[in-house]
Amino acid sequence: MYQYDAIDREFLTDRANEFRHQLARRLSGELTEDQFKPLRLMNGLYLQLHAYMLRVAIPYGTLNPRQLRRLAWIARTYDKGYGHFTTRTNLQFHWIKLKDAPDILDALAEVDLHAIQTSGNCIRNTTADPRAGATAEEIDDPRVWAEVIRQWSTLHPEFSFLPRKFKIAITAAAKDRTAAKLHDIGLMLRRSRDGALGFEVIVGGGMGRTPHVGPTIKEHLPVGRLLSYLEAVLRVYNRHGRRDNIYKARIKILVAALGAEEFGRQVEEEWAKIDAAQVDLPDVELARIRGFFAPPAFDVLPRVSAAFEEAKSQDADFARFARNNVQPHKQAGYAIVDVSLKRPGDTPGDATAEQMEVVADLAERYGFGDIRITHEQNLVLPHIRLDDLPVVHAALQAAGLATANINLVSDIIACPGLDYCALANARAIPIAQSIAERFAEPDRAEAVGELKIKISGCINACGHHHVGHIGILGVDKKGEEFYQLTLGGSGAEDAEVGKMLGPALPAGRVAEAVDQLVEVYLRERQEGERFLDTFRRAGVAPFKEAVYAEAD
Amino acid sequence: MPKLIKLTGPRAAAWANDRFTVVADDQALPAGGVILSLARFQAEGDALLSEGREVGVVLQSDEAVEALAYDLPRLAVVALAFPKFRDGRAFTSARLLRERLGYGGEIRAVGDVLQEQAQFMVRCGFDAFEPADGSTPEAWVRAAFRFRHVYQRSADGRRPAFEERAHGV
Repeated sequence: MYQYDAIDREFLTDRANEFRHQLARRLSGELTEDQFKPLRLMNGLYLQLHAYMLRVAIPYGTLNPRQLRRLAWIARTYDKGYGHFTTRTNLQFHWIKLKDAPDILDALAEVDLHAIQTSGNCIRNTTADPRAGATAEEIDDPRVWAEVIRQWSTLHPEFSFLPRKFKIAITAAAKDRTAAKLHDIGLMLRRSRDGALGFEVIVGGGMGRTPHVGPTIKEHLPVGRLLSYLEAVLRVYNRHGRRDNIYKARIKILVAALGAEEFGRQVEEEWAKIDAAQVDLPDVELARIRGFFAPPAFDVLPRVSAAFEEAKSQDADFARFARNNVQPHKQAGYAIVDVSLKRPGDTPGDATAEQMEVVADLAERYGFGDIRITHEQNLVLPHIRLDDLPVVHAALQAAGLATANINLVSDIIACPGLDYCALANARAIPIAQSIAERFAEPDRAEAVGELKIKISGCINACGHHHVGHIGILGVDKKGEEFYQLTLGGSGAEDAEVGKMLGPALPAGRVAEAVDQLVEVYLRERQEGERFLDTFRRAGVAPFKEAVYAEAD
Repeated sequence: MPKLIKLTGPRAAAWANDRFTVVADDQALPAGGVILSLARFQAEGDALLSEGREVGVVLQSDEAVEALAYDLPRLAVVALAFPKFRDGRAFTSARLLRERLGYGGEIRAVGDVLQEQAQFMVRCGFDAFEPADGSTPEAWVRAAFRFRHVYQRSADGRRPAFEERAHGV
């Protein structure tokens, strides 16, 4: 993992002091709330329905145990004892008092954490494959490049007042776990025919009101030229992105208006004028950063673990966990463990202080001190010995963290919705809970297989409903909460925006409708098909009929 | 009328006398230095410069700095407008003036200019500021240079973190 040096640390100290100074000016009345608002937002501090929310950045979703313990301590000391992991792989505290914010930022800075650029029209936290450095699927470690971008984008003098927020995702595996094609910029690491490492650059994807699967504007950007190329993309956007309408200000609107080809041409033209030697990192710095992501000191182990096999045959719960939450590791004798934050009945993405501490302890004892957050709001212990899986599972189980539902119907993404958010039209969390409870019987959920349900409480689409296999969008109809269903979306390498199923349903009908959709799938599916595959083959008609038949 | 703050050295700024009058397109020209819109400069700039006047141009945030490329050596000031503090186009304009077009004269921030932008403005090459928030030069310097380190090269010539590391600082 990347280790902060004195420079990184002094930077965070300066930032925390700056905010303390700004808050003092606000509290003394020198700044009005209007003047203060952009300043607190630059530090991730939002005013929500009931309290202030503080969004802590977790660069590329990577934490060490000390950091996770500190987050647990903050949850306990300044919040109500829990935190919420987000689809940007950040952590939100929802019950913060403004006066505590500077102390919290100090406490974060002590463990190399901060809230920089978790809000505002700037380059937000860059996300990366949560299995980076652990999966055999990747051709390079995307964290290296995410760290390069973290540094370059931090308080970037030219790009801190963009037309709108800007999100970048990086993956290096064929299977995309970052929703790269739904980002302002998606970077997919590839090797060219001659073996050279480069990025496929996708620009202008996004969700919100106008969802777009981003087009590729460059097939192979040599990795060493990443920053100068990003600078060219951001500069074209900063100059030409719309600023007259907040809903048309994302880069996707500019790319769609110009066409991908013309946008790409403008980027190339700008890129050619940039003095790349001034922008691209020197090789020694790239090598220095890469050095931090060297593999940990894995033991040489046999491919098969007797303890693991034994536990699977003895313990049905463990066997289920192994089927759904344990993934192959590139190193023999190790596994990647998904820790679900989607226990039916709980709020998706929430973790209590105690749960955070359990995960921190397990990572420290069994997992080389490495913890990841996924954009699907779960945690990952990326390097666990197969031999240790039974004891790790038992500890997770005791903490309510062993729900064996990764990628299953109850592994739902939901935004905070009207329970917390000032923008929401409808609640998202209770809908997620009602669906998860309906599919709480684990055998049935496993029989259904991979099914991604994503719920947003408003059209801003923080719950990624556009790319849910089943997407659910909360709408307000004359003061009542209704839910619009979409089918067939995907945020993965086969990215697609879901199609509307039919008229919006009342809250009480949503879980039932999901059940009806699942029944159609189980009836129609052919060998090896996921829900998404069946929908793509069979089309919307049988699904629509099942949900709306009674009404006709 | 907002007062003018100018950078006077490394990490230093002071109140400055403003030798220039911003002149609207339909306004008669006063004596002395003037700052004109791009359109008026293109129409009258040559004549004014040949009188020996000091002339500056104010660019709106949607006007491209490239339009001034061949006139820059003759311009005493380029003022870049921030219609709202959220409109960040002038940051790009300033960097292009300094880094691509080689402009060495004054780059002045006008409009919705707040001390929270100071560090970004200074880094992009602004050296004169008409703060809209009543900032003093002391407050401006404190805000502009609060951070001991920066992570990227820009128009201010500060050494980025990766260079500090390479030199063992």
